[in-house]
Amino acid sequence: MTPVTPATNYRPLRLTWIYPDLLSTYGDRGNLLILERRARLRGMPVDVIEVNSDQRVPADGDIYLMGGGEDLPQTLATHRLRADGGLHEAVRRGAVLFAVCAGYQMLGTEFGGADGQPLPGLGLLDIRSGRGERRGVGEILADVDPELGVPRLTGFENHQGVTELGPGARPLAQVVAGVGNGNGTEGAYAGRVLGTYLHGPALVRNPGLADLLLTWALGQQLPPLPPQAEELAQRLRAERLAAVPASQ
Amino acid sequence: MDTPLPARPRLPIRARLATTVGGAAATVSKLAGRDGSVISGIIGLRLEPDLLSLLAAGRQVVLVTGTNGKTTTTRLITAALSATGQKVASNVYGANMEAGLTSALSKEQDALLAVLETDEKYIPSMIKATQPKVVVLLNLSRDQMDRAAEIWMLARRWREALAASDCLVVANADDPLIAWAASAGRSVSWVGAGQRWREDSWCCPECGAHLARNGDDWSCRECGNQRPAVRWQLEGDKVIDPAGRVQPLDLALPGRANASNAVVALAVAEAFGVDADAALAQMRGVTSVAGRYTQVQRHGTEIRLLLAKNPAGWLEALDVMVPAPVPVLLAVNAQVPDGRDTSWLWDVDYRRLRDRPVLVGGERRMDLAVRLEADDVPFQLADGIDQAIELARSPRLEVLANYTAFQQYRAILGRTQ
Repeated sequence: MTPVTPATNYRPLRLTWIYPDLLSTYGDRGNLLILERRARLRGMPVDVIEVNSDQRVPADGDIYLMGGGEDLPQTLATHRLRADGGLHEAVRRGAVLFAVCAGYQMLGTEFGGADGQPLPGLGLLDIRSGRGERRGVGEILADVDPELGVPRLTGFENHQGVTELGPGARPLAQVVAGVGNGNGTEGAYAGRVLGTYLHGPALVRNPGLADLLLTWALGQQLPPLPPQAEELAQRLRAERLAAVPASQ
Repeated sequence: MDTPLPARPRLPIRARLATTVGGAAATVSKLAGRDGSVISGIIGLRLEPDLLSLLAAGRQVVLVTGTNGKTTTTRLITAALSATGQKVASNVYGANMEAGLTSALSKEQDALLAVLETDEKYIPSMIKATQPKVVVLLNLSRDQMDRAAEIWMLARRWREALAASDCLVVANADDPLIAWAASAGRSVSWVGAGQRWREDSWCCPECGAHLARNGDDWSCRECGNQRPAVRWQLEGDKVIDPAGRVQPLDLALPGRANASNAVVALAVAEAFGVDADAALAQMRGVTSVAGRYTQVQRHGTEIRLLLAKNPAGWLEALDVMVPAPVPVLLAVNAQVPDGRDTSWLWDVDYRRLRDRPVLVGGERRMDLAVRLEADDVPFQLADGIDQAIELARSPRLEVLANYTAFQQYRAILGRTQ
């Protein structure tokens, strides 16, 4: 396979994981590992940068990742990221930001705190979250916005949030089974900022979504992977898609 | 213990009826080939909702909780307390909610001591019901998040419950979340039991700041919260007792995690007047706990079964394994008791398995396969234990499985014993 041409000329792709000490609940590292693997398989060098909550967030990353967290860590992480400003600068520069679960809620203008009270979010995506009536726990299926060219999402959700989208954000997908945003849609995106309620290692079963993030970061189409490199991921994906009955 | 404990008060008539009817149901259930460890409690509680309190009255109760090591620690404490010469009631099969505790006490009505493994979520209500003499807090880490409570939340509930109780808390000082929960207790016996898994305690439970860490020591630069001074210390495979004496643990059970559990058990034994020598003599006789660490032969292969249910448990279990080149079978299910969510597989580092044959089994083996691929660990898929044995072609095989995968293998292997 021919490596992507720019990668051999440019600096390594910088994968930056925001606050693994505070925002890492259940397998969030998986997203980092999948992006790293899919970039390397295409011959791109990768630098992995893990930024703890007592460190400055570098503004020169290419892809930023945010994981899940309990209410209190979510609130603390939001305070720190607002005070730090590095992530905001990176997004202004056009960096890719991918956030799951609690991280997704934090991207918005508002989310529900430990006692359900509204707290200010990072304001990086035009969404507003609050606490719903019941917890959404289980497998989720959702059909992605056709604009993005990503096949059906399969994942696991575990949250009590409901999220409303403002005019500045588009739904990532339409729910086929599960809860998602709570109004039939799932996740949201605008520009290169994308969030989802699929928690933990969301990119594992959705290699298409991982490749979308890499494409955004590189600014060009990626060469396909050889089928044997995809075989296990596709088998897992098929197994999970078949295991969940679509409710609509 | 030198002085015999006073006899227990007689149960009120409704409670006596409840235990009798419940016990009969357990017998019938066992005759029908089912596990009778919970049924008597369920029926008894239906007839007498206060049955657990009534059964606990007049006994000295130890409650044991934490994410990992509950069953083994309960077993070790039970062994240690047998040195008192007293009968000890215990839910040995790990039925650790209200009905399981009730069944255990109902079965051993004349036992004046009770060591009860307790589910993390039930600690506040079980403290109220049993008025324990000792509450043991082992560790807290991410576990079955689709049904378990979030752990900071859990620690906060434990704090409230312990603040309202006059029990002695025996707690691991090396786990910051445990230390924070235990510090609400009126009296605490701190144990330096180590902490292998740290992914859930990088930040201060009190104020959220990133903790300063140096070996097992930890402190918060912002609020001053720090590791308490310990009374008992695990040092490699030895224990340092409160008098500063160092002695080898020499357990039959393998691994750092069990050494850690044993030191906690010694601190509990001390509260019952059992010294370390007497306690250790009993604890060394524990070789297998509810089928864990059992060695079995099948088709000429010596198989050892390890059970672990979450990333911290898998990390410790991988430490315990017989080194390469002995092959390893990893098996994962995602039934309700396992947690339906396999995300946790991504929290474990498998790279150390690169130098040995690895087999992957269980109902969710594809999840594990993709995980191992990401860590560049070569493996083969195995459909069932017999295919794994065939593929391994080795005189030994180490098996690490989560809950229902473990039970499935045990059911097959049990028939060959």
